[in-house]
This record gives sequence, structure tokens and C-alpha cells, in this order.
Amino acid sequence: MKYMLLIYQNPGAMQAMPEAEKQELMSDAETLMEELMERGEWVGGEALADPSAAKSVRVRGGVPAVTDGPFAEAKEQIVGYCIVDCESEERAVEIAGRWPDARLWGMEVRPILSPDGLEM
Amino acid sequence: MLSVEDLVRELAPRVLGRLVRRYGQFDACEDAVQEALLSAVQQWPEPGVPDQPEGWLYTVASRRLVDRFRSEGARRRREDAAVLAERDRDLAPASDELSVGDDTLTLLCLCCHPALTPPSQVALTLRAVGGLTTAEIARAFLVPESTMTRRISRAKDQIREQGAKFEAPPVGELNERRQVVLHVLYLIFNEGYMATSGPDAVRVDLSDEAIRLTRTVRRLVPDDGEVAGLLALMLLTEARRPARIGVDGNLVPLAEQDRSRWSRELIEEGTGLVTASLSGAPLGPYQLQAAIAALHAEAPRPEDTDWPQILALYNLLERMAPSPVVSLNRAVAVAMVEGPEAGLNLLATLADDKRMSGHHRLAAVRAYLHELAGERDRAVVSYREAARRTSSIPERRYLEAQAARLAHPKPQQPEPQ
Repeated sequence: MKYMLLIYQNPGAMQAMPEAEKQELMSDAETLMEELMERGEWVGGEALADPSAAKSVRVRGGVPAVTDGPFAEAKEQIVGYCIVDCESEERAVEIAGRWPDARLWGMEVRPILSPDGLEM
Repeated sequence: MLSVEDLVRELAPRVLGRLVRRYGQFDACEDAVQEALLSAVQQWPEPGVPDQPEGWLYTVASRRLVDRFRSEGARRRREDAAVLAERDRDLAPASDELSVGDDTLTLLCLCCHPALTPPSQVALTLRAVGGLTTAEIARAFLVPESTMTRRISRAKDQIREQGAKFEAPPVGELNERRQVVLHVLYLIFNEGYMATSGPDAVRVDLSDEAIRLTRTVRRLVPDDGEVAGLLALMLLTEARRPARIGVDGNLVPLAEQDRSRWSRELIEEGTGLVTASLSGAPLGPYQLQAAIAALHAEAPRPEDTDWPQILALYNLLERMAPSPVVSLNRAVAVAMVEGPEAGLNLLATLADDKRMSGHHRLAAVRAYLHELAGERDRAVVSYREAARRTSSIPERRYLEAQAARLAHPKPQQPEPQ
């Protein structure tokens, strides 16, 4: 089963964090990533630029309206994601729980839809 | 006539078995055999398959292995030589007197080592016993090749760390290990059967692969009723494959499938196998599931299905191998025999089971039984719930279509007020 783990952060709080803590956060994430690669569970993932760099696009009445900033107004924003392929939802949740951002903000575990299926 | 690829893959586990017996070091031998398989696929088509294809593969794989040992440096080489000399004394010689068949089973048990997770067991089995390349396995599971490479090498590392020997599991563990092997073969089959894109040049057909491996196991242990049962279950399920996807690419439920498109040949073989094993071997869960599949396959029309017999088999299955999925299927059989209310009552008890409560199949069955009971609104709610919970695109499309069909009936079928 494949899951996307969405990484949420409070970007302001992240910026205000002492450099040493930031480094620790990043190195924890790197260690976990390496472990997931080593186990053959890592499928992919990327870090995203600051939410202030986001453009939100909505088309209304055929007219695109482009606004600066992320789609949803919230304190916590998506700052990256990873995709894992693991044996169960329990395992995906366990991975999310070990992602350092989960200690400070939060992670969201979402199953990825499969093109395969079983008839009823 | 076997293609070069098929022949090579048929021989893969036998060559690997002989090599591991001779040299130990399962992980290094496995790499060497993969390289030999690739060489064969590249070289054989031109001059033709050698007279002794197994010997050819064994020789090439041995050379690769020895090259590898040599290239690992003088110090290591001395150690290896010492280890190998010791091993040679302990092990029987790699000669023809060794049972080739037993090696494939031993290999399967090693690849299905209980220390590995099921995805790792599946991947390693496909490579070491099935002779598939890592790239083929990765494509079959829709993951990057690098992911599959890591998964397989980690599986091999874990086997080494566990100190697992290349030998038949101890008698006390034999039954448990056999269960794991059969389960891994079953997982491989399901993965292939679920594929909706169909076999093509890039995605290897895992259900064919599972059937091929299970046939091999059956040849080696012909008296094992559960192996026969698993093979029968696979064949009887595979028989429905041509009918399970409609012309529009949508999933077609069992009751609506065009049964003339079911494979008679596979049904006959599967039914024959399960009938024979039920009359002789000790009963087991795979045989029971195969017997249920055979009863479905036998019915010319859905309304001819022998539901009382199916229910009797589910009763046995639930006692022998209780699981929420079995209980769910049994609830359908109960509904078909005693009416939808009886089935719905059983579902209510299942909803308390944590393993099942959030599962889309529970909601899908509930929807179906509400529909049978004429409770259209409840059916719509449950179909939608099931659609939200499934992680399969075609299943979601099917479940949403069911909900839409009931929520917005066609004008000529006005909703009774």
C-alpha cells in the first residue's frame, strides 16, 4: 500500500527556531529518510518552497483569479511530502510519528488510490 | 514450446539451490544467478538454447560468484577460501544425487523467512524463485526500481543476519513455514488478479507467475491438500478474469459477469483438483475457499448458485480459519439463504471488530444487503461510505455508480412513495 505523508509546519515558528534546533530537525528527517530507503519503503518525496511563494488559482466564470499565498488559510501549511510503500496503515502511521515535524506540528497520512481493484 | 525467458526462469531456482549448497552465501549466489539469467536471455536466442541449459546457467553463475570472491581483495579471499573449504567438508557435494526438487522448496522457505515483512517475502520470492528481474518486480508493484532494489537487498541482509541456513526448516516449524509460503504465493496471485491494466509488455502478469510457482510446489508435494487447494483457488479465480472488467473498463460484480466468458478449461482443472483433494487430504482453508469458488463457477446463472452449500462451507471455514473477511463473506451467504435481514444482523456484530469496522468491504456488503432488503436510502448511504473508504480507483467508481443508480433512479422506475 502506498501512502502520502504530508508534512505540516508553522513556517513562522520554523524561521524563529534557533539554528541548532533547525539542524537537528533536518538531520532527524534525513536519518529517517535513509532508513526508509534502506528498507525499500521510500518511493519519493520533495520539500516545498515557503508557502508565501505559493500562487492559488481559481477559475470562476471562465476567468482565472490568481492570488498570492497558499490555498487554505491556516497556521500550519504543507511544506513537503513523502510517498512510502509499506505493508500496512499501522506502519505508515508509525513512520509519520517518527517524522520530526510531527513532534512540533503535524503529519497527515493519506492512502494513495490504486489503479487496481477487486470486483464485489 | 517455452520461450528462452520462461525456460530460464523455470531453471532459476534449481540453479540457485545447487549454487547455495555448493558455496553457501545465499545473497551472493542469488546475485550471481541473476547475472547468469541475464546472460542467457541475451546470448541464447542467437545460437539457440544449449544442450544442457541448467548446466550452462550453473557454470556461468559459478564463474560470476568466483570472480566476485576474487575481486573482494586478498584478505577477504583468504577468509573466503577458508570458509569455503570448511563448508565443502560440511556440505554434500553439488552432484546429481542431490534432490533438485527439495531445493526449490527450501529456497521458498528461505525467501518466506518469518523475520521478513510480507512485501519483502513477496519481492524476494519473485526474484530468487521466480527468476524475475528487479525491474520487472518494481513495475508489477508500481514502485521505482531503486525502491525494489533496496527492498530485496535488505531482505537478503535480514536473512543473513538471522543466520538462516539453506536447509529444510526444522520439523516443528515446517507447518508454520508452509503456511507462510502458501500465503506469499496467494499474495502474489492477488496482486496480479487485481491489476486492471491487464498483462502487457511492461507489467509482468503476477497471477500467471503465482500459478506457475504453485504448480511447481504441487509437483514437489503432490499429496499436500492445501497446496492443491491453493492452486485450485487460483485457477478458479483466474477463470473469471476475462469477465471481471467490462468494455467500459469498469469492474463487473460476480453476479453480473458474462459467464460465457469464464474459462471452462481453468474451471475444469480447478474443480478437478479441489474435488480430488477434498476426498483424500486433510481439510484446510484453501481447499474450502476453492470449493466455494468451484460452486460459484458451476452455476450457469447467478440464481442457480448453491448458496446453502456455500454457507455450509463458510461455516466450516469460519471455524477452521476465523477472520473478519471470512465472517463478512459468510454474512453474504447467510443473507442469500436466510434473507438480507439475517445477513445485516451479522454485519452489526462485525462492525465492532476493529480490523473491519472502517473497511470499505463491510460498508459495500452492508449496502448490497440493504439494497436486497429494499432499503434504498440506507443502501445509498452505505455505498457512498464504501466509496469513500476504498483506496482503489475502479472500486470507488463502481461503488459511486451503485449509489447513483439507487439515488437517481431512471424515470421509468419511479421511486415508490
